[in-house]
Amino acid sequence: MTTATPTVGVGAQPPEKLTRAGRVRKRLNSRTATVVSIVLALLWTVPTFGLFVSSFRPADQIKTTGWWTFFGDPQFTLENYQQVLFSGSSSGRLASYFINSLAITIPSVLFPLAFASLAAYALAWIKFRGRDWVYIGIFALQIVPLQMALVPLLRFFSTGVTVGGVQILPAWDLVDEQKFAQVWFAHTCFALPFAVYLLHNFVSQLPGDLMEAARVDGATHPKIFRTIVLPLITPALAAIGIFQFLWVWNDLLVALIFAGGTSDTAPLTVRLAELAGTRGNEWQRLTAGAFVSIVVPLIVFLSLQRYFVRGLLAGSVKG
Amino acid sequence: MEFDWAGETPKFLMLMYGLIAFVAVVGGLLLLLDVVPAWFARRREAQLVAASASGAPLPRRRKPREGLFALFFLLPTLLFLTIGLVVPAIRTTLLSFMNRDGSGWVGLENYGWMFSEGSIIRVLTNTLTWVILVPLVATAFGLIYAVLVDKARFEAVAKSLIFLPMAISFVGAAIIWKFVYAYRGEGDQIGLLNQIVVSLGGEPKQWLLESPLNTFLLIVIMIWIQAGFAMVVLSAAIKAIPADIIEAARLDGTTPWQMFWQITMPSIRPALIVVVVTISIATLKVFDIVRTATNGNYDTSVIANEMYNQAFRYQETGRGSALAVFLFVLVLPLVIYQIRNLRQQREG
Repeated sequence: MTTATPTVGVGAQPPEKLTRAGRVRKRLNSRTATVVSIVLALLWTVPTFGLFVSSFRPADQIKTTGWWTFFGDPQFTLENYQQVLFSGSSSGRLASYFINSLAITIPSVLFPLAFASLAAYALAWIKFRGRDWVYIGIFALQIVPLQMALVPLLRFFSTGVTVGGVQILPAWDLVDEQKFAQVWFAHTCFALPFAVYLLHNFVSQLPGDLMEAARVDGATHPKIFRTIVLPLITPALAAIGIFQFLWVWNDLLVALIFAGGTSDTAPLTVRLAELAGTRGNEWQRLTAGAFVSIVVPLIVFLSLQRYFVRGLLAGSVKG
Repeated sequence: MEFDWAGETPKFLMLMYGLIAFVAVVGGLLLLLDVVPAWFARRREAQLVAASASGAPLPRRRKPREGLFALFFLLPTLLFLTIGLVVPAIRTTLLSFMNRDGSGWVGLENYGWMFSEGSIIRVLTNTLTWVILVPLVATAFGLIYAVLVDKARFEAVAKSLIFLPMAISFVGAAIIWKFVYAYRGEGDQIGLLNQIVVSLGGEPKQWLLESPLNTFLLIVIMIWIQAGFAMVVLSAAIKAIPADIIEAARLDGTTPWQMFWQITMPSIRPALIVVVVTISIATLKVFDIVRTATNGNYDTSVIANEMYNQAFRYQETGRGSALAVFLFVLVLPLVIYQIRNLRQQREG
């Protein structure tokens, strides 16, 4: 910075001494800033770290001594994970719920992504009457909290649609693992307004010349969509995909209502919430169980953080 | 007991059906839109050839059916939104004026119940506490942290650590913090908070049972999660401040304190508002944390949790719907403000 400071004539301030004092103070300031930020980062991490350490401690130790004593007397075991993942239903059997989480999440990410990108393309690049109104309508649906949809949507699945005593659509009558379809359906509905909005932002910013050239070459809309638009919006798709993945994997409410609570369909979150309620003191299970549920989103998040942050910023700041 | 892998196969089968359905629907739609217009084009070509051969007047060139394409591109989205959001939202609004099983109209009775029943008023005040504290504290923390680590050497790592809770489910977060708040009557404490209290010479407490303290302890969990979001967005906004403005201020001898209030704050104001509003909306809808940590007992319930209980545990559809509508009314001004804000930002 000093090299950039121009030599100034008489009457201009800062005397050399003050800048030096200023520099010292600045260094001190940045040192305090460093210390404070490290303390805060530690504070933020300690709860997770404590749970993580505990998940590897023997059950009787977790329940009798604090996890911080682990470092004085390290006893390491994988028993908790073994128990909570694979043994009988009373102690978790989380492997089963883990599979449910996967089975729920994958289609619940794919469907809204595909539908939303189709819709976003149409809203941005196909000219038709009332286009703006359709877009505003979809956009406005973001304000509806999903609580507003839960009761009627559940009825839609369980009793179908009747208008004036006439059955128009039958009940879905799903049993066991077929209930996944309900959860996919619900998640797709709830994800669409936001996904369409975000993707529309991206798609509408693609260069118009590109589309025009393709149209002149005789390309149809499906062809333009597949060969030009899709490859170009991959980063946006990745960002929204991660969002939706984290949202669905971590969701409790939708799963609780549409998947039911049995090991046939319930995801990890539902099971964990149940364990936390009924076996709140079985910390050996809760700690290991919590990590089983955390590990997948953590991997996704850490490996794709760049996309995630970009999506976050696109959604909330740039608009 | 051994884990029964064979028992899990139906799930994978179902997942496969789902994926097949996905490919069929999306691929089918695109294929349909490719094949059908091509067929029409060929037919038109044939007509043209026939017409020119016979010397008849050429058939009028029809306008390309853009609208039809748009309709098919939008069809899945519109269908799902209508069935899954529009119609249910209208029905919920209607149900909120009906009795418990939706068989008769009761007018405003459910809303009257909401504002007169003591336990529900408690729920409303709890929600108010949440929605005041979480956005303010989380945003303030995020802002301070973003400023502190800006341009620090370890910035990326430091930000990741704060941001990490965003990836953890609310359920997982609730369990993590329940462990921090854990209590043991005798012997060593296993919860960090009680250990700290004990080592400072205090008495261990059952934190989550003590109202109104427990609500604040649950709020801490939400702040813990949302601060990362605030920090990332605000940090990006701080980095977007043009370098020459900062440089000019620095040459003028601005102190860091002045710099923060006179340059940084006004520049990031739009981002700040977005963050506060976004967190407020998320906080209004908070459900998982309360349900996992206390199940809404000990005076900790919030609107979303009470809505779930009324509608799905007690089968009080009318009351549950009224709570959902009230939630919607609370969220509405925030979202409208957010949208207006975003549009202004875009135009400006």
